[in-house]
Amino acid sequence: MASLPPTAHVNGLPQALPDDPRRTLLDWLRHDLGLTGTKKGCDHGQCGACTVLVDGRRINSCLSLAALHDGDHIETIEGIGQPEALAPLQRAFVTHDGFQCGYCTPGQICSATALMAELKAGWPSAVSADVAARPNPTREELRERMSGNLCRCGAYSNIIAALEEVIANETTETGAPA
Amino acid sequence: MKPFALDHAASPDAALAALGKGATAIAGGTNLIDLMKLQIATPERLVSIRRTGLDRIAPDGDGLRIGALVTNADCAADPRVRQDWPLLSQAILAGASPQLRNRATTGGNLCQRTRCGYFYDTTQACNKREAGSGCAARDGFNRIHAVLGTSDACIATYPGDMAVALLALDAVVLTQGPYGPRQIPLAMFHREPGDDPTRDNVLQPGELITAVRLPAPTGGRQIYRKVRDRASYAFALVSVAVDLTMEEGRIARCALAFGSLGTVPWRDPAVEEVLIGQEPSPALFARAAEVLLHHARGFGANDFKIPLAARALAATLAQATKV
Repeated sequence: MASLPPTAHVNGLPQALPDDPRRTLLDWLRHDLGLTGTKKGCDHGQCGACTVLVDGRRINSCLSLAALHDGDHIETIEGIGQPEALAPLQRAFVTHDGFQCGYCTPGQICSATALMAELKAGWPSAVSADVAARPNPTREELRERMSGNLCRCGAYSNIIAALEEVIANETTETGAPA
Repeated sequence: MKPFALDHAASPDAALAALGKGATAIAGGTNLIDLMKLQIATPERLVSIRRTGLDRIAPDGDGLRIGALVTNADCAADPRVRQDWPLLSQAILAGASPQLRNRATTGGNLCQRTRCGYFYDTTQACNKREAGSGCAARDGFNRIHAVLGTSDACIATYPGDMAVALLALDAVVLTQGPYGPRQIPLAMFHREPGDDPTRDNVLQPGELITAVRLPAPTGGRQIYRKVRDRASYAFALVSVAVDLTMEEGRIARCALAFGSLGTVPWRDPAVEEVLIGQEPSPALFARAAEVLLHHARGFGANDFKIPLAARALAATLAQATKV
């Protein structure tokens, strides 16, 4: 049986996966597809700068082989928003000065995008008093849930302020967020 | 990374066939890919087991069967786990980051390798990385190293959190291999280093973890306490997992396991015997710590772990026995 070449969808477009199994998802996105919004920080899963969404889940793209993503739907910062059409989280990062050098920001925003979905799904965290209960998006919860993304400029308090604003807006909106 | 060939297994049998030919299994890859980048692991063949269908959580009698490919994130968020085995959710959530937990798997996490700095530095002596090369940690920077279960050859810890909870919960590791299926109690899964630190666990060549089985819930009070250098996203210096039931002011039953204290997830029945049937008190907790740490031995920079473990144990027991 003829099989289709291994393909992943990146920001909605089908892309043939690399032949070299050593290619990490991070290097494939940046070097082969030119999607340089995703950043290489430590390259060892310790900083979160390379965070992307795979089937809606946040992962470290530096610790994943591109060849293992056949059929997956991958979303990078370029798919989340563009300068002329910023996502609410991106606007909130600007409003609250949630960055200084900006290098960790794409990873922070991809991570925060997934965090919102995890909160909606009711996932607990290490600081939840009762893991069986539905979590509340307290500041302590948000800090714990963003702990996989380091910011060496130390913009943490403003990053959390940006998240709090987006969560507050989503809760007060009657309709589903766009 | 050294060049390697990559195959994709569509079933456990296909995975076993590849393992039988010498391939190394890759699941989430969060540890293995890092080790391959550093050329600590240099497999010639990898077989991806991501799509072998072993990614389900299902009831197993009164217990639960967690497939080897269930991600740490899915396991910790599972309503059954959160309700009946909250210790397991707590321990998983205390480890790594959300990004890593989304990729890391139940089977892979059991097999994660030590975080000893000398194991990671290929210019240094390490009996775990290269048998017979020596141990640079004994007289080196050994702040994170073990004080129990060490040998002349190796003092590295098993670094994970999930396995510590599974040990306290009497979990069983289910495997398939060239000699048929095996059921390995968690307490017998990891290996103390002895004179062969290269093998972290008792898996045989060609053997594959298919699931982890949890026995019926105990209904006890379950707490995972992790002490570390920063509030999140750091390995434990010492961790304590407890599952304890009080009856009429006395400890009726109690399971205790410790992480990052020994070379393997550590459980000592003698400690539990000290506690069972007794009224909780600071003196009782101190006696339990004495039994636990009687044979503990530090190597300089990690001496602090001995009093730290005693205090962490007392604090955890105080919390678990509080009326």
